[in-house]
Amino acid sequence: MATTRTRPKRSEKTLDDYLLSEQQLEDMYYHMLLARKLNERMLALNRQGRAPFVIAGAGQEAAQVGAAMALKKGTDYLAPYYRDLGMNLVFGMTAREAMLNLLAKRDDTNSYGRQMPSHWANSERKIVTQSSVVTTQFLHAAGIALAAKLRKDPIVVLACCGEGSTSRGDFHEALNFAAIHKLPVIFFVENNGYAISERTEKSMPVDHVADRKRGYNMQGAVVDGMDGIAVYQTVRPAVDQARNGGGPYLIEAKCYRLWPHSSDDDDSRYRPKKELEEWSQKDPLKLFRQRVESDGIFPREDLDEIEARVEEEIKEAAQWALMQPDPAPEDALGFVYKEL
Amino acid sequence: MPTVSVIEAVRAALDEAMESDDRVFLLGEDVEAGGVFRATEGLRGKYGERVIDSPLAESSIIGLSIGAAHYGLRPVAEIQFADFIHAGFDQMCSEASRWSYRTRGDSYLPMVVRTPWGGGVHGGQHHSQSIEAYYAHMPGIKVVAPSFPADYRSLLHASIADPNPVLFLEHKRTYRMIRQELDGAPAETALGRARVTRDGDDLTIFAYGLMLHESLAAAETLSGEGVECRVVDLLTLNPLDRETILESAKATGKVLIVHEDVLTGGLGGEIAAIIAEHAFEYLDAPIRRVAGPDIPAMPYHHAMEEFFMPNREKIAAAARELAAY
Repeated sequence: MATTRTRPKRSEKTLDDYLLSEQQLEDMYYHMLLARKLNERMLALNRQGRAPFVIAGAGQEAAQVGAAMALKKGTDYLAPYYRDLGMNLVFGMTAREAMLNLLAKRDDTNSYGRQMPSHWANSERKIVTQSSVVTTQFLHAAGIALAAKLRKDPIVVLACCGEGSTSRGDFHEALNFAAIHKLPVIFFVENNGYAISERTEKSMPVDHVADRKRGYNMQGAVVDGMDGIAVYQTVRPAVDQARNGGGPYLIEAKCYRLWPHSSDDDDSRYRPKKELEEWSQKDPLKLFRQRVESDGIFPREDLDEIEARVEEEIKEAAQWALMQPDPAPEDALGFVYKEL
Repeated sequence: MPTVSVIEAVRAALDEAMESDDRVFLLGEDVEAGGVFRATEGLRGKYGERVIDSPLAESSIIGLSIGAAHYGLRPVAEIQFADFIHAGFDQMCSEASRWSYRTRGDSYLPMVVRTPWGGGVHGGQHHSQSIEAYYAHMPGIKVVAPSFPADYRSLLHASIADPNPVLFLEHKRTYRMIRQELDGAPAETALGRARVTRDGDDLTIFAYGLMLHESLAAAETLSGEGVECRVVDLLTLNPLDRETILESAKATGKVLIVHEDVLTGGLGGEIAAIIAEHAFEYLDAPIRRVAGPDIPAMPYHHAMEEFFMPNREKIAAAARELAAY
């Protein structure tokens, strides 16, 4: 163990400047850090030949964690996309579960080894299974919201994608239908600047994805996606409003993909080095530490303690997951149809 | 006893299902006004917001149904013409078909997509298509294509009760043409069962939809000539009732498969392969198929449309040759 310090007790009282309590701020940092460090460990396992594929969310942790924290766990639905590890962690996924998923182990409850890593699902946590076909889940999210509206259940659905995916028809069809029926969906776009190698100007003729709101007579906002606190402060009122019948909301979080598209991508072919260096200065984890430290919320040693805890947790999780059983070959069969 | 048409049987099943289960709701183009074929007539007035007009967007209709079924409702979606479903192909085949598979049954989709299919109505290229082979190819989706009103009613109930995505095909030419006496409760039935509709020893004809009726007419003609055809109504196209298919092939030794869909890649090929693999020693003649010609779509002009469509004469001619083999 890196530290023997006792963890300080955090206040649950909401801080005015943050709309978050000390406990929530700690949770935010913990989940952002856990997401980043898990992704780092996953990439290391990939380079060691132990994991065939990694797709990560480095640079998007603040957007993911800030948005997911605005929802009610166990009540609200999450229709994430493959970079949204941070959201899954907020919704209850553990480091061990993340590693099981990476390694496609038998007991990975996201897909039991049937999907590539990072295709999340957990029916108990209300995380909706998704495919690699981007924004298909936007229609699923709208359908869940339609069903909840028919049943008069006060839930909200958070549907997420990258900006590249917003070119697909399902994105537009979902916004259209949700706006017509005033459905409780938050459409959350993590604009990380790239669709693999394509910069945003290759995928859209508008400056901001959120500009699309006008075509659907929908409310929308652009938020600094490198600032988890700002993201929470933007998403939370939209969630509350949607829950009370105010209809859908399109939120664009401006962030940056700090890593290549995936473990199979070489971004040096298309990304200027200088651009990456500039954005690295705005690393969401760095920004968060600076702010809470300078505001005197947590002393440095508290933040160091969280880091040490996360490192330890991930180390243990990876070691444990590597020992877990693989699926049997014939586990490929079964559950083609649900039997009741 | 009063008779009901196919469309009346469909409407009755929808009404009964909505009456007995408030999780059932309808989504599709023009369904609030009753739909272009009147399948949902009167239901908006009776069930209010559980009958929902969709925008003209097929991917929406299917994708929204997936979400609603995942939530626990029982969506019955309508695609106005089967020809337009392809915009929702991705939602059906990349999403709905795999929902249970990719979660090992943790999540599943009790949803039905109804759609009118088939030709013979001067519908041209985009109001006449047979789409069943695309979807029957996809494990995870069940495909149902009844022929008689009573089966439309009972199989629509079974489809709504099924915890899996079901593509429910309604042959539009038969909507008002085929009538049947119908009363009492719908028969208890399950998906995946074919039925021997007419018995005979000389050969078996496999068919579904409008072609089942044309096959029955052809069998009647041949009976007058001393040839007795067994006619099997397939009813469910995925999963196929292999047991009934093989039993019939073995019993008659000669097989004719009829569909409106084009020959190449049509379901006839799969049925023929099942028989060739598992009942080869019982066959007394090569398996025959009567199907649409390999052209991309049904032409509009009535003479060309007739040329495209299999019918009782074409079926009888093929059956006659087969009987004489």
